[in-house]
Amino acid sequence: MSGAPLLHIDDLWVRYRTATREIPAVQGVSFDLYRGGSIGLAGESGCGKSTLANAILRLLPKETEVDGRIELEGEDVLAMKPGRLRAVRWTSASIVFQGALHALNPVQRISKQIAEPMLLHRTETSKGAAIRRVRDLLEKVGLPGDRADSYPHQLSGGQRQRVLIAMALACDPHLLIADEPTTALDVMVQAQVLTLLADLRREHGLSMLFITHDLSVLTDVCDELLVMYAGRVVEEGPAHELFRSARHPYTRALAAAFPTIGDPSSRMRPSGLPGDPPDPAHLPDGCAFHPRCALAIDACRIDRPELRVAAPGRRAACVLVEEPVR
Amino acid sequence: MSTPIVSVDDAHVRFGTARAVDGASLEVHAGEVLALVGESGSGKTTLIRAIQGLQPLSQGSIRFGDSADSGSGRRRARRDVQMIFQDPTGALNPRQTIYEIVAEGLRIRRDRGDEAAKVADALSRAGLRPPERFSPLYPHEVSGGQRQRVVIAGAMVMEPMLLLADEPVASLDASIRGEILALMRSLVDEHGLSIIAVTHDLGLAWNIADRIAVMYLGRIVEIGDAEEVLAAPKHPYTRALLSVVPEIEGMEQQILHGETPDPRRIPPGCRFHPRCPLVASGEAERLGILARCTGDDPVLVNGVACHAPRSM
Repeated sequence: MSGAPLLHIDDLWVRYRTATREIPAVQGVSFDLYRGGSIGLAGESGCGKSTLANAILRLLPKETEVDGRIELEGEDVLAMKPGRLRAVRWTSASIVFQGALHALNPVQRISKQIAEPMLLHRTETSKGAAIRRVRDLLEKVGLPGDRADSYPHQLSGGQRQRVLIAMALACDPHLLIADEPTTALDVMVQAQVLTLLADLRREHGLSMLFITHDLSVLTDVCDELLVMYAGRVVEEGPAHELFRSARHPYTRALAAAFPTIGDPSSRMRPSGLPGDPPDPAHLPDGCAFHPRCALAIDACRIDRPELRVAAPGRRAACVLVEEPVR
Repeated sequence: MSTPIVSVDDAHVRFGTARAVDGASLEVHAGEVLALVGESGSGKTTLIRAIQGLQPLSQGSIRFGDSADSGSGRRRARRDVQMIFQDPTGALNPRQTIYEIVAEGLRIRRDRGDEAAKVADALSRAGLRPPERFSPLYPHEVSGGQRQRVVIAGAMVMEPMLLLADEPVASLDASIRGEILALMRSLVDEHGLSIIAVTHDLGLAWNIADRIAVMYLGRIVEIGDAEEVLAAPKHPYTRALLSVVPEIEGMEQQILHGETPDPRRIPPGCRFHPRCPLVASGEAERLGILARCTGDDPVLVNGVACHAPRSM
């Protein structure tokens, strides 16, 4: 890959503050997403993956402290004035959340909701042009154009999720951030939505940041994966390699949680990881994963491992990962 | 095979014009896990609600062991069958201790046995050991995986023969998922329980199920040994479901288009034919069975309800 990245994240820290404590939800995450690329962010609830997604478009509560650098198409997002930030949202990058029922206004027709950002950002200047574009977008996401006149409750869950994707595409963004876009959906509808996203990427060169706890879904749609644990990236690398031969014990547990059908080693042998992720306000010393790690050694209780090269193009933050021999 | 502990025979459940369960038949044997698989709207949740006795049948029968489908049989059934749901946090009363939550069923049943001993036994069977450490805690004081274990302990305290689990791990984090599935499997292997696990997750079936029943628009379209069904699915609907599991490689994705089917408008002929890849690709026509696909409702023969079952 060449040229400047579309999205450049460097040493990003996000801290939530409450009256009594500070919660460091994201701790020094760095990555680059290039044009047309697709990165998957995996981890359990509370690992900081959604916080990271929201930080990119500065959608976090005002009192949240965000440090580090976020560059979107070369521009410093954290330094943007409110007007510029509004312009960038939707037109440069947009976000699709899970739970389409809650994200749509129940008393407005779909057409009006999709047209709103176009008129606001003046990517379409007349109402008529905006409505025509709404129909195009709906067809692009596989819904009949006449569904534009529907209200959200008249659509099924999968249809509503497509409406949200259509809305996110309204102003032709270059980056689509999808936060668990298929988690609430049925398997078949999930497959339809994933195929749609892959097509959009191929046909329009859309870049994607895809967030979910289901590693197998990410492997299907992303080139690169980042696995987060307790606010940090613990493993990164090409999606298929990472899923097939994870280096970090946490990634291995996450990958094994979704068995490969037909693989005799997982037949009648479900694999899990006991315990909960740590409370971000009270992280254990050393490697944050060590209390749940079956392989932990004494050093893990003291030193926090940094990401180290595990193979060409792959890094993992674990003391047991050996640097490849040259 | 032994006498089944539950036999569902030609069960029908109607909600107005919707035929949610429309002629479903299946059996569950002692000490097995049956995965009941299908999309939303396939009627799988309605079917297990009917087995639990929460939903009257409009036609057909559900028998437990060799008892008749009568009032007393159903009452006995309600004792022998327990149900657990998707979201453990929503299923637990936040103001009750774990002890009170698990004991509640016994109190409602006016069980005269030793309540404390039964609760302790259920907690340890659910892996909450030592039970006296967990008894006084409130749900928010334990982890997500432990909360689902509390739900399972609340069901196990009733000493059921059959556990109905509706998407038992769908709302759980990936790491907890395996832990709970392992627990369910151990209850079957060590305590002789039987489980019907309703799910849309074929990976779950691979992980813990002895047999799989695939449900489509109110009817079982394929049923059989889990490994056989997953390795060599005979029904085109099962093949399509399997093909969209993300990590299965080398299988061409057969994404079924159109929305989830509507039980108010069950198509004539084979209920799957409007979405069937065999019909859409012209294969049914080449095989000379198109008229039967659109006209005759196939019955379950050798574990598959299709006019052109694939045999491998």
